[in-house]
Amino acid sequence: MTKVIKVLGTGCAKCKSMTSVVQEVVSENKVDATIEKIEDIMEIMKFNVMTTPALVINNVVTIKGRVPSKEEVLALLHT
Amino acid sequence: MFDWIQHLADWLVYEVFNVEKGQHLAEALNFFFYDTTKILILLFVVIFFMGIVNSYFPIDRVKNFLSRNKLYGLEYLLASLFGVVTPFCSCSSVPLFIGFVRGGIPLGVTFAFLITSPLVNEVAIGLFIGLFGLKTTIIYVISGILLGTISGMILQKLKLERFLTPWVKEVLANAQREQDIFKAEKQTLKQRLPIIWAEVLFILKGIIPYVIIGIAIGGIMHGYIPEGFFEKYMDKDNLFAVPIATILAVPMYSNASGILPIVQVLVAKGIPIGTAIAFMMGVVGLSLPEAMLLKKVMTLKLIAIFFGVVTCCIIISGYLFNLIL
Repeated sequence: MTKVIKVLGTGCAKCKSMTSVVQEVVSENKVDATIEKIEDIMEIMKFNVMTTPALVINNVVTIKGRVPSKEEVLALLHT
Repeated sequence: MFDWIQHLADWLVYEVFNVEKGQHLAEALNFFFYDTTKILILLFVVIFFMGIVNSYFPIDRVKNFLSRNKLYGLEYLLASLFGVVTPFCSCSSVPLFIGFVRGGIPLGVTFAFLITSPLVNEVAIGLFIGLFGLKTTIIYVISGILLGTISGMILQKLKLERFLTPWVKEVLANAQREQDIFKAEKQTLKQRLPIIWAEVLFILKGIIPYVIIGIAIGGIMHGYIPEGFFEKYMDKDNLFAVPIATILAVPMYSNASGILPIVQVLVAKGIPIGTAIAFMMGVVGLSLPEAMLLKKVMTLKLIAIFFGVVTCCIIISGYLFNLIL
C-alpha cells in the first residue's frame, strides 16, 4: 500500500532538512510513498502540533519539533 | 577553570605563530583563540544540558500543565520559567501560539512564554557565561524571566483578544481546558541521548560560523580599539543611550550568536553593561522575522503593542542595570 507522508512546516531551515531527509530515505530504499510538504498554517494546525517540523505518516504524527535521522525515518516507514 | 585555554592560546600565538607579545596582532589573535575555544566548550555543555532538561519538559506537557491547573497568578512566572527550558525555533511560534490559545491558556500567559523562550535560551546562556562570566549571566537570566512575567501581565491587562485575526478568535471561542491528555514517553535517559545528541550537533552546526566570525571581529576590535574608547560617547549619564541601543537591536536577529562577542568587546572598551544588556535583549528577544510570522495570528496593531510593551520593559531594565551594576 502506498504510504502517505506529510512534512508539516512553515519553511524554516529545520523543516527543509526534514523534507530532504525523508526524500532521501524514500528514494534510497525505494519506499512506496508519496511525500507532501504542507506549509499552510491552518492545515498544519489540524494535526494539533505545536512545534515544527512534524512528520506525518498515514495521518499519524510520528515526529515533531526536530529533524530525525535517516534510520529513524526508515524504521517509522517500515512499521 | 579556563587557565589551560589561556595557556594554550599563549603558546599558539607566542610560540607557534611566533608573534611578539604586546603587538596588536598578538593581542587580537590571542583573544580569538582563547575566546573561541572557551565559548565553544561552554556552548556545547549548556546546549547539551538544556537538551536533557528539555527532553523531560516537552511543549505538550507544558501546555497541558498551564491549561489544566489553577495557578492563582503564578501562571505568568511559570510560563516564563517554562520558556527557559523549552526552546523553540521562531518558525514554531505560530503553531505554538495557536496550541496555547486552543488549550484555553490566557493570552498574557502565552505572551510570557513567547517572550522568555527566545530571550533566555541555551545559546544565549552559553555565550553569556563565556563572554561576561557567571554573575552577569545569572542577572541576565533572572531579569529575562522577570521581563517575560511582567510583560505578560501587562499584556493580559490590555485585553488584546479583540486584536487577534478572525480565524484565531474562532479557535479562542472553541478553546477547551481539558483535551488530549499527553501520553508521557516512558524512555530512559540512555534512549533519549541519541536524539538529544543529534539536536546538540544541529544547533552547534547552525551557530558556529556566526560565533567564529563574531569573535574574529571582536578580536580585531579588541586588539586595535583603545581602552575606554566608547566612554566618551555612551557613558551612563547619556539618557538616550539605552533606548537607542534597544531600538537598533530589534531588527538584528539571525546573527545574535555573532553579535554577542562584539558586544562583549564594546563593554570592555567602555559601553555601560546595562546599555549592552538592553541591546542584547533586543537582539535576542525581539525579531522582525518573528513579527512577520505572527502576522498570521495577530493584527499589526497587536504585534505593535506586543513589541512596544516588551521594548519598554527592556529599556527600563537597561536603566536598572546601569544603576545597580
